Amino acid sequence: MSSLFAFTLLGLFTGAAYAIMASGLVLTYATTRVFNIAHGAFGMVLAFTFWDFSQRQGLPTLLSLFLVLGVVAPAIGWFIQRFVTRGLGEGPVSVALVVAVGLLVGLIGVAQYIWPPEPRVLLPFHPETGWQLGDTYITAHQLITIVCSIVVAIGLYLLLNRTRVGTAMRASVDNPELLKLFGGKPDTVAALAWAIGMSLAALAGILLTPVVGLDYYALTLLVINAYAAAMLGRLKSLPLTFAGAMGLGILESWAVAYLPTDGFWSTIRPVIPALFLFVVVVAMPQTQLRIGQVKGLVAAPVPALRKSLGAGGVLLALAFVLIGVVSRSDVLLIGVAATYAMVMLSLVLLTGYGGHVSLAQFTFAGVGALAYAKLDQPNLLGLVLAAAIAAGVGALVALPVLRLTGLYLALSTMAFAVLMDKMIFQADYAFKFNGTLATERLSVLGVKIGSDTAYVWFMVLAFVLMGLFLLWLRRGALGRILIATRDSPSGCGTLGLDLRWFRVGLFSLSAGMAGVAGALFAGLRGTVGAADFLYFQSLLVLLLAVVFGVTSVTGALLGGTALMLLPVWQSSSPELAGLLFAVLGFGAVLLGRDPNGIANHLFKLGRRLTGKVLPRWEEQLRERLDGLLKPGRPEPARSVDASFDTGVDAAVRIKEPIEEPQGVA
Amino acid sequence: MALLEVDDVIVRFGGVTAVNHASFTAEPGRITGLIGPNGAGKTTCFNVITGLQKPTSGRVRYRDRDVTGWPVHKRAGHGIGRTFQRLEAFGSLTVRDNVRVARDIHGGPLAWVRASGRSSLEIDVLLDRVGIAEYADERADSIPTGTARLLELARALACDPRLLLLDEPSSGLDETETDAFGALLRDLASEGVAILMVEHDMDLVMSVCEEIHVLDFGQIISSGTPAEIRDDSAVQRAYLGYSADDPHEAANGLGDHTSEMEAIPS
Repeated sequence: MSSLFAFTLLGLFTGAAYAIMASGLVLTYATTRVFNIAHGAFGMVLAFTFWDFSQRQGLPTLLSLFLVLGVVAPAIGWFIQRFVTRGLGEGPVSVALVVAVGLLVGLIGVAQYIWPPEPRVLLPFHPETGWQLGDTYITAHQLITIVCSIVVAIGLYLLLNRTRVGTAMRASVDNPELLKLFGGKPDTVAALAWAIGMSLAALAGILLTPVVGLDYYALTLLVINAYAAAMLGRLKSLPLTFAGAMGLGILESWAVAYLPTDGFWSTIRPVIPALFLFVVVVAMPQTQLRIGQVKGLVAAPVPALRKSLGAGGVLLALAFVLIGVVSRSDVLLIGVAATYAMVMLSLVLLTGYGGHVSLAQFTFAGVGALAYAKLDQPNLLGLVLAAAIAAGVGALVALPVLRLTGLYLALSTMAFAVLMDKMIFQADYAFKFNGTLATERLSVLGVKIGSDTAYVWFMVLAFVLMGLFLLWLRRGALGRILIATRDSPSGCGTLGLDLRWFRVGLFSLSAGMAGVAGALFAGLRGTVGAADFLYFQSLLVLLLAVVFGVTSVTGALLGGTALMLLPVWQSSSPELAGLLFAVLGFGAVLLGRDPNGIANHLFKLGRRLTGKVLPRWEEQLRERLDGLLKPGRPEPARSVDASFDTGVDAAVRIKEPIEEPQGVA
Repeated sequence: MALLEVDDVIVRFGGVTAVNHASFTAEPGRITGLIGPNGAGKTTCFNVITGLQKPTSGRVRYRDRDVTGWPVHKRAGHGIGRTFQRLEAFGSLTVRDNVRVARDIHGGPLAWVRASGRSSLEIDVLLDRVGIAEYADERADSIPTGTARLLELARALACDPRLLLLDEPSSGLDETETDAFGALLRDLASEGVAILMVEHDMDLVMSVCEEIHVLDFGQIISSGTPAEIRDDSAVQRAYLGYSADDPHEAANGLGDHTSEMEAIPS
């Protein structure tokens, strides 16, 4: 019994730190409607900063603490709110999420660049001091954590209830527009909330570092703990958030105490926050549809059937030549690029067309790979089954959040990715801890595609087919409905569409597409393991898809290629590895507001070429030809007609440009 | 039995009672008006009927079935169509595709995979009927507000509604367009559609509605024919701030609704 008391007490200490982190998250989300997925990452960077001040530069602890919490963190918070996240809250959830994910990846990159990997220790405060309480030993650090959380709780209570600016903060939770009308300054309020939120992230990060270690990823992932706790308060109520954080801390502590330390149960502990989150999400009441927000998005063009077939053919021919020319290792890299490109196609469907964000897309590829390896059916049937299993898992992820809105779905996918990464993929029935599974390349209609060159070309073919399928889908009724649900969910609902099941179906289809990519990837590699499908990879997939254009097949192709090249560049100059992440992450922050990405700029360029330059060249060429063949032939009437046609076409569809895969070549 | 029966519905948002014991009906072939000052709870009533808002208490019955617990899409599938005061057109799609989506959704998942060439004529007929055929190929986020409202009407009609809820359908329309719109409403009613309309254009309301309910602070303060409503002192008080019957209050009769004062033709 006394051990139960002891472990509960220990749980309270971690819970107190989670509470500090979660309250910062709630403060920023509630005042600005931007869910800061990078909250944990900011805590991580600021904990590193604290280490830098106190250990590397040798400043006194209290001074370092003051500098981090009182100067650096608020300055960063103000800066981020002012220049990065301002106005994101009113836009589509997907844009805000992508920007926050960009921040997360960028921060990890920055941290790796400034503080390259090496063992670092951040000691607890007053490591020598402690007290015996019954049979429990309480350290000074634990006591400080508890005191800090109480101070934060009281401070926030006073701020929100006893000050003018706090009242304005609570008002802006409900209606920032109204606040503006009544003379409040939502921008000031938002900047202050972000400054405070950042300090709280820093404090929590510093307090938790002795527990979880000064680690880029572990501290970043604390956002899931904070999110799980905050969900209990529906991202609004601070008291419930504190309760959630304490509950989570206690659960974790009990798990350490009472669960077996070996086998399956040992893997539960790291995923308790994710499990906690799922339970809370499932128990949440239904959210109502929002109305009164009409805005169409300018999407990348949908090419005509002939055009997409032609582009697919060109790509296949190009791949054929390329595969014949390059070395074996480069052939395999092309296969990897095709894998990423296919996963990104699944995001084009989900995010580009449907407006939902998934932070677990590469995990679904992992499910596909696992299923393909386990089924041991190296043929089309095995491929289809693997895709179906991935689709089923996708539906399972979407089901609990069936009744909630897009933000919760996206955040749940992140918890799911971590869950798979840390528990399922490493389990004995899956890839095993540090283990791999052997896979065979598939045979189509009895013909085995054994050689690297043939298999990689087959993967490119799979990409082309998937792209054509996607465009076919987009042009049809389903595609129109997809766009309609993104523009106005309420409109679709009142026309008779069951949005909840539609979303599950969409999510499932997208997961299935990623599953195909994963299964083909497994065949390419010959062996696959849990290390191939880390949750972080899904974030990179999302970012590159958005940067290169998540609304077009071309964007997926470019993004897939870039993601394949990323580790190649990183290994060629390891000292810049972190910087590349940073560039990518902050690039996504800049480009995240335009989901059409780089691909769309290429389309515009292509349109200008075909619309202006090419006809001019054609004319010049014809003039010269005419000059050469002067007495011979009549005017080439057909080609004149053709150029006239394209001219009309372009004029009619000013907003719906025609070129798609001009950028392929 | 009425097609739609709203029975003693109450909606509270925190401390505010948006709809207070509202009861009214809609009958096939009849146009029923719902009028009242801004914030009287008219749109909230529509949200309750379509399922976008759960009532705090009270029931909604439709075709003799209690639909209070039904989700939005199920009610729509059973023939409750609506338009929105704050538009909900699909901005990224063309006007024609907006209606086509409605048709596809109405047709159910099996229709999504079939080729939809057959219905494109019906769509053009529908666009022509509401009078926006000339906008068919324009994106819905680039058309004028009045046109977008008519588009929402066309979209709702594409789902063959038995009950049509129109939320301020005529705002944004000019005089001739409003006249044509009124004729269209009568036409729809004569086909047996029950129409429930929230509207501020009193000329239109008085000329097309058979029955009118007046809401003020969430309560139905008066119901009757257009002629009865025009003469009702409670209505005048809600709209004008005073009633012609009690001249004492006329002195401090600076109501909030002066803009609508002129709107009631007397």
